[in-house]
Amino acid sequence: MQTELIEEVRRQATICNACRYCEGYCSVFPALHAERAFADGTITQLANLCHNCRGCYYACQYTAPHEFDLNLPKALAEVRRDSWEAYTWPAPLARRFHTQGGAIALALVAGFALLFWAIRALGSAGGNGFYAVLSHNAMVAIFLPSFLLPLVSLAISLRRYWRAVGGSMLQISDVKVALTRTARMTDLATGHGEGCNFEDEDRFTQARRHMHQAVMWGFLLCFAATSVGTVLHYVFDAPAPYPFWSLPKLLGVSGGLLLTLGCGGMIALKLRADRQLGDVAAWGGEIGFIALLGFVGLSGLLLYWLGATLLMPALLAIHLGAVLSFFLLTPYTKMAHGFYRLAALLRDAQRKR
Amino acid sequence: MNDFDIAVIGGGNAALCAAMVAARAGARVLILETAPQPYRGGNSRHTRNFRCMHAGPLGPLTDTYDEEEYLADLLKVTGGKTDENLARLAIRTSEECLPWMEGHGVRFQPSLSGTLSLGRTNAFFMGGGKSLVNAYYRTAQALGVTALYEAHVTHLELNGNRIEWVDYTHLGQSHRITPKAVIVASGGFQADTEWLTRAWGPAAQNFLIRGTPYNRGVVLADLLDQGIDSVGDPTQCHAVAIDGRAPKFDGGIVTRLDCVPFSIVVNKNAERFYDEGEDVWPKRYAIWGRLVAAQPDQVGYAIIDAKARELFMPSVFPPLQADTLEGLAELMELPPAQLRATVEAFNAACGDTSGFHPTELDGVATSGIEPAKTNWARPISDPPFFGYSLRTGVTFTYLGLKVDARAQCSAQGNKIENLWAAGETMAGSILGQGYLAGFGMTIGTVFGRIAGQEAADYAN
Repeated sequence: MQTELIEEVRRQATICNACRYCEGYCSVFPALHAERAFADGTITQLANLCHNCRGCYYACQYTAPHEFDLNLPKALAEVRRDSWEAYTWPAPLARRFHTQGGAIALALVAGFALLFWAIRALGSAGGNGFYAVLSHNAMVAIFLPSFLLPLVSLAISLRRYWRAVGGSMLQISDVKVALTRTARMTDLATGHGEGCNFEDEDRFTQARRHMHQAVMWGFLLCFAATSVGTVLHYVFDAPAPYPFWSLPKLLGVSGGLLLTLGCGGMIALKLRADRQLGDVAAWGGEIGFIALLGFVGLSGLLLYWLGATLLMPALLAIHLGAVLSFFLLTPYTKMAHGFYRLAALLRDAQRKR
Repeated sequence: MNDFDIAVIGGGNAALCAAMVAARAGARVLILETAPQPYRGGNSRHTRNFRCMHAGPLGPLTDTYDEEEYLADLLKVTGGKTDENLARLAIRTSEECLPWMEGHGVRFQPSLSGTLSLGRTNAFFMGGGKSLVNAYYRTAQALGVTALYEAHVTHLELNGNRIEWVDYTHLGQSHRITPKAVIVASGGFQADTEWLTRAWGPAAQNFLIRGTPYNRGVVLADLLDQGIDSVGDPTQCHAVAIDGRAPKFDGGIVTRLDCVPFSIVVNKNAERFYDEGEDVWPKRYAIWGRLVAAQPDQVGYAIIDAKARELFMPSVFPPLQADTLEGLAELMELPPAQLRATVEAFNAACGDTSGFHPTELDGVATSGIEPAKTNWARPISDPPFFGYSLRTGVTFTYLGLKVDARAQCSAQGNKIENLWAAGETMAGSILGQGYLAGFGMTIGTVFGRIAGQEAADYAN
């Protein structure tokens, strides 16, 4: 990891530790105040606990032009991304996609191309609906490895992270605490529960928390839709297509709506927020990732809406191409932050028990 | 700029409370804040809590804290130098202020780590004083108050028993406005080093100012020159011992040093000069501000050894560190032989240290040495040795505008019909000496609200 980024957090954390006014805001400060000196692993952990709500920045009496020049949200965001780049396997991919929205766009185009090629070359084996365009077996052959490979990468990365921050054996109670904090996005609510200081300087609003919730739950609903479909296919011998009043469709359509709306909202908020309070270098990569995720949702909805028209084969290729790129990029884009955050919250739950 | 009913001079807690109340009462209010926007809020930026009377659990406050106990705490620090009627008014009103503050955007948090002793009496602002200031500016703006930053008020024209006009400069231009009423809430004069030096003596040049560089007392001087009644000792300021490496202005809370009770403190000649263990630090840091001010070059040096390293809150600047006393003396520019002699004499005077207890008066004392150390006296013997320099950090000055229970100013006892004062600039009426944690915000909130209401009633 880059020592000058760690050193800058250490400088700022020493000032915070002598002040403590922000103790009530989020998980970062109680964890910070528990230390007298800051090991590199502690700083990595603090960075991944921070949700960039910016409450501490606007409340700080030591921000520029004060000579102490505090900007903890930015310093932590930089170490956070640096930690992802350092711990992710293979690291060069993380370095490419975390900062470069253009690279994400290229990967998306490559995903489209692959799917158009697959539809042309592999084609159907005589199924119904989408399977009339691309056979079920061909889909599995493409998506099973694209789903499993990122999981392997994430497992290796998180193991490295866990070692770096000194994590120990998990208990059920740690998992409960961390999942509850994630489900409620407590750290995006600030201590008093009124939200972030994100898109309008020091005004507290729930906009970012709500949009983020829409993205997270939308994604989980879409994921659930696919999982339910898989179970129906293999266990109940009930292959797609499914009618609207079926579990895969209900989960998928509601999830797609939430995902699309949430990603659009996140981009709108990000455009209004002060970039200097985050990781400036990663801004393009973050926007690119949110756009990709939103596009996965939007193209899925279009596919559902226009699935009975002549546009279906093209839309299928576009949607599946986006899904493919999204899956493969998961460990190397902002998507990875969810896993690191969860790990950080688990570690924090251990610290407090 | 002449469309305003009320001009509020200053932009901290008291000014904002006055402005919000006056705006709610229907007045058109202009805030003239001398600081640029990032530094708005005066010393309120650096505050962290509000001392509040309460008859039962209230917000973040536990148990009860009644008027008599609160007043007794105040009298203990002021030594009776207080206007009891005004003090009781501030104390009694504080209870209704807390929900009012919440209603105007302030959020509280449980007592901070390291401040458990204040959990019953003081309500801590979530995020500290700057978050309170931010919330109040938001609320004031929503109420239609106009705030002008970098607006330097130069003169209030007193004619008989009225303020006729207010002169200020803004962006290099001079302006004159004629509001119906004026509220002065622009603090003391501690940031004007020249004035401080005139008042205290040449030593004041070496004092650090813990808070805003914008409290230069311009309006205070202007009004006193025109015969407005004053209150408070013009030569005195509240000062504490802080880290000698703190910036000249605005170092705030992080420059405090809590190591003195576990240290020996020497002057530049490496001689001890006072009992470091007289009492717990929160009760002694103000005394040490004066003690250090009386030493040559207004500087002290606190020295601890490895045993004491983790007994106090972490400091913002790391201590100087050496494996020998001579090495530390060199780093701190103290005479090495004299430092060794002082430490050895002190160590020889230490007795049984088995009863050492860092958080209570443990009676572990020296014997046969002057000055004695009466608690926490353990030999300075385990390397590495650590050193911190100490300087006098000024919090506020006591001289201010005398007000009555309606926060109204006077000249030779005659009311000025359209002039009110609130906050640090009139706090000397109640805090004649000493300081009680969180009471500055109480005075600012209570008298800010009164001034705002009175001025609005007058203007309407």
